[in-house]
Amino acid sequence: MKTSTHENCRESRRLPWDASSVPYRGIFVAAFLIYSTAIVHPQPIVVGSKKFTESYVLGEIAKRAVSDAGIAVEHRQGMGGTIILWEALKGGQIDIYPEYTGTITQEILKRTDQLTFEQIANELGKIGIGMTNPLGFNNTYAIVMRRDRAQQLGIRTISDLQKHPELKLGLTHEFLDRHDGWRPLATEYQLNTRNVVGIDHALGYAALKSGEIEVKDAYSTDAKIAEYDLVVLEDDHRFFPRYDAVFLFRFQLSTEAISTLRKLEGTIDEQKMTRLNAEAERTKNYARAASLYFEVNPTGDSANLTALSSQVSGPQLEESFGHRLFRWTSRHLELAGLSLLLSVLVGIPLGIFASRGGAIGHVILGFTGIVQTIPSLALLALLVPLPFFGISARTAIAALFLYGLLPIVRNTATGLQDIAQPIQDSAAALGLEAGARLRKIYLPIASRSILGGIKTSAVINVGTATLAALIGAGGLGEPILSGLNLNDHATILQGAIPAAILALLVQWFFDLLDRVLIPKGLRL
Amino acid sequence: MSALVQLIDVAKRYGDAPALHPTNLSIEHGKTTVLIGPSGCGKSTLLRLIVGLVRPDDGQIIFDGAPIAPDKIDIFRRKIGYVIQEGGLFPHLTAQANVLLMARHLGKPETETALRLSELCELTRFSKNLLGRYPVELSGGQRQRVSLMRALMLSPELLLLDEPLGALDPLVRASLQRDLKEIFGRLKQTALLVTHDLAEAAYLGDEIVLMNEGRVVQQGSIVDLREKPANEFVSEFINAQRALVLT
Repeated sequence: MKTSTHENCRESRRLPWDASSVPYRGIFVAAFLIYSTAIVHPQPIVVGSKKFTESYVLGEIAKRAVSDAGIAVEHRQGMGGTIILWEALKGGQIDIYPEYTGTITQEILKRTDQLTFEQIANELGKIGIGMTNPLGFNNTYAIVMRRDRAQQLGIRTISDLQKHPELKLGLTHEFLDRHDGWRPLATEYQLNTRNVVGIDHALGYAALKSGEIEVKDAYSTDAKIAEYDLVVLEDDHRFFPRYDAVFLFRFQLSTEAISTLRKLEGTIDEQKMTRLNAEAERTKNYARAASLYFEVNPTGDSANLTALSSQVSGPQLEESFGHRLFRWTSRHLELAGLSLLLSVLVGIPLGIFASRGGAIGHVILGFTGIVQTIPSLALLALLVPLPFFGISARTAIAALFLYGLLPIVRNTATGLQDIAQPIQDSAAALGLEAGARLRKIYLPIASRSILGGIKTSAVINVGTATLAALIGAGGLGEPILSGLNLNDHATILQGAIPAAILALLVQWFFDLLDRVLIPKGLRL
Repeated sequence: MSALVQLIDVAKRYGDAPALHPTNLSIEHGKTTVLIGPSGCGKSTLLRLIVGLVRPDDGQIIFDGAPIAPDKIDIFRRKIGYVIQEGGLFPHLTAQANVLLMARHLGKPETETALRLSELCELTRFSKNLLGRYPVELSGGQRQRVSLMRALMLSPELLLLDEPLGALDPLVRASLQRDLKEIFGRLKQTALLVTHDLAEAAYLGDEIVLMNEGRVVQQGSIVDLREKPANEFVSEFINAQRALVLT
């Protein structure tokens, strides 16, 4: 959902045997290339990056620097969150990726105390991972508001938020659950804000702009801060730890490659990073944003080591796990249940119309089929800007409703169409009116097929409802998203296991319902 | 004798293929008329035209002196009983629910329908113990008896049977033929039966209508057809079936 994800495919893979216009010579050239690269560099160095703009740009910069040094390199863009990148680095699927010291301390090393830069480097060294010196900027968390709203309320610092508990906060899931995130922040500043929803980072900016939320967490180098004219509230208690950007790399990397990376240390200050981010978001071309760095930076400066100073979080006010699980699950069921009810109420009549064939039938089946092919994330993103929807449970329910339509419409239509001609003739010849034929004969006979469609929709909805957390609608997707971003398996499982159990229970419940609703004569 | 149903120049084509050439036919009150002929001769189409499952391209169908009004087709159909080869029983309903479906739909009093049901069971020799069974739990012959009860439930003026015994084995078939003849006689039922079996036609029919390629070839008693065949096809059809019986 970050604006940057659709760029993944921009970098097409050019394979040597693409020279198909001259097939014969092409094969020789290809064979030679494969042979030669196989000898010189057994495998190219792989740079990874996380799923947000700055990480993409830093990944591109590393790629360019290494490749300028004459080393084969490729960049796997936007692989995911901390957990995915860290595991990939440890497992050797990637060799380099950009990370932040605060994240390393809190989420990778799982430390709540302060660590000096050297301590972090030592800890990582024990695992076989190296770290460059800071690249020169501190991309810490920031709390932002629209300038006009902040001035209107006279808010300048985070402490000022105490006076306005009515403000609507939209926070990323990662921030909501981080050890240095929302809960300790609220404790530190004694905030008693009630209106807090979880929302995807990029969508949150849109919601902030439209006024649906008033306060949001951000990264201090986000290009959107300047673009939307937002103010960063002053961290007057110095709560947020430092997030100095560094590159992590595997010790197995060649000294040549490592020294190339080290040339990047201390060469990017906050202003420059913000500018590169803005360029990347404006052009959607990360390689170009990265090349901007090389234009103004022909040679790397010497390292500019920044000491780590972090304010450690205070005691946390924890909601009990049981209570949270209940809240997630009941919300999840509410989302899946309401949307399923709508799908049934609309889907069965549509299926009846579709079963009559003709143009209307084709339009109905075509429409519901097309809806099904829209990726769920894209459907959510399309619905959010519409007036009635926005970032709410309504949007999630609407999207799930649309997803649930196809199986019900199609199964209703085919169930009715599959009724044998002699049965249809007999029902008509008896003199039953069309409505009574449908109610007393056709729908009961098609009941197995219709219920099958409803069951499919229910299981799909329970699964897809996890995505509702992206737009702040809650549900079991909340812990899954937080866990993905936080590199925390336990948190992911807190959402994933109940969701899987729920899907099983739904399946079981509908199997039971079959026995009640399908007439006995059809089950013999 | 007066005609209950009259077909006047009724024609039907499916696409380019004529299923029924312009045809005139009378079905007399209280008689059993049998439509016979090879597959695809138009006999089933003729039956479906009468009950309104297909609409004629041309001509008129008169029932009890008045043409059938398309907007009152459902009410008209309640005066007709319709039995087809595979029974057409509704699989989600028990035998009893199948038989009583229309009576209940029309809100007939329970006592009246219960009485009628036991009459029909006796008439069709269907054991009352089997009334609670679903169609899949019944044999082919039993299913046809239920189908017949359903068709007779509202005491229809006309009973249409489209190869009702076609899917049954010979023994069951012979016993049902005997029962049908007895039922038609007792009820003085006007019936129109489609079959391709000449012996069945001869046994059950007061009047036999031989059809071929969408036309009525000859109409009369079995004796008429045998003694005075209208053309080559009639004698061929009759001899073919007789030869089959003899060998």
